Amino acid sequence: MTTEERMWTARLRNRATRALPPDQLLPDRQPAYVASWIYVFGVATLAALLVVLVSGGILALEGPQWYHGSPQGHFVNSLHLWSVELFFFTMVIHLWGKFFMAAWRGHRAMTWVTGAIAFLGSIGTAFTGYLVQSNFDSQWISTQAKDGLNSVGVGAWFNVLNYGQMLLFHVVLFPLVLGFLVIWHVLLVRRRGVVPPFADEAAAATPVPQAPQGEEVAS
Amino acid sequence: MDQPGTYLHWGVIQISVANLIVIGLMLLVFVLALVLPFPGRRR
Repeated sequence: MTTEERMWTARLRNRATRALPPDQLLPDRQPAYVASWIYVFGVATLAALLVVLVSGGILALEGPQWYHGSPQGHFVNSLHLWSVELFFFTMVIHLWGKFFMAAWRGHRAMTWVTGAIAFLGSIGTAFTGYLVQSNFDSQWISTQAKDGLNSVGVGAWFNVLNYGQMLLFHVVLFPLVLGFLVIWHVLLVRRRGVVPPFADEAAAATPVPQAPQGEEVAS
Repeated sequence: MDQPGTYLHWGVIQISVANLIVIGLMLLVFVLALVLPFPGRRR
């Protein structure tokens, strides 16, 4: 191994390209079984998340006076809420679909685990969003939630009555964690491929004759 | 919007009608996704 090959940048690059070759990271074709509506809900969840992030970014830029006190602010505020509703709607259907497909098959356990943790993280992120609406609804939710969080012993670090902490949780901490989980989840989907239906798995398990090295298989 | 939501009670289970409708819609869309043909699919 040369000096260049021993450098951490080279090792990281080689490892990344081995794990996720570019044509696997952004494939041009998908297996035939993906042509089903049930496979649409993962990407629909991602699309809704994109609208959540963009509308949330605009709300953060303009501030509460704008989103509580102007028609444009009300619109973007509503867009943020309804994109979150759509995000959860599509994510739950995605979860049901993958659960009944046993999508953890074929070395996809980590894909399932990251998706499940991202789902739980999304609930926390949405919950802190309800806490920072700066209206009576958020006051009601926080006073109801504090006893639950205190009873499980996390009240000292997750103080729902602390508006500043909840705002920073909602706009920085939780989106960063959730973003990391979602990117990890999607990269794992790309690495392992989309889970086949049970019927196609048996066909996929049938060994395909391999050509010796240096020879090409006739198509 | 200014009025309290309507809740259904069934033993220890309590759910708002609004949330129940959303769950019903999710179930409906899930079933439709399984049975409706995908456009352009050739077998």
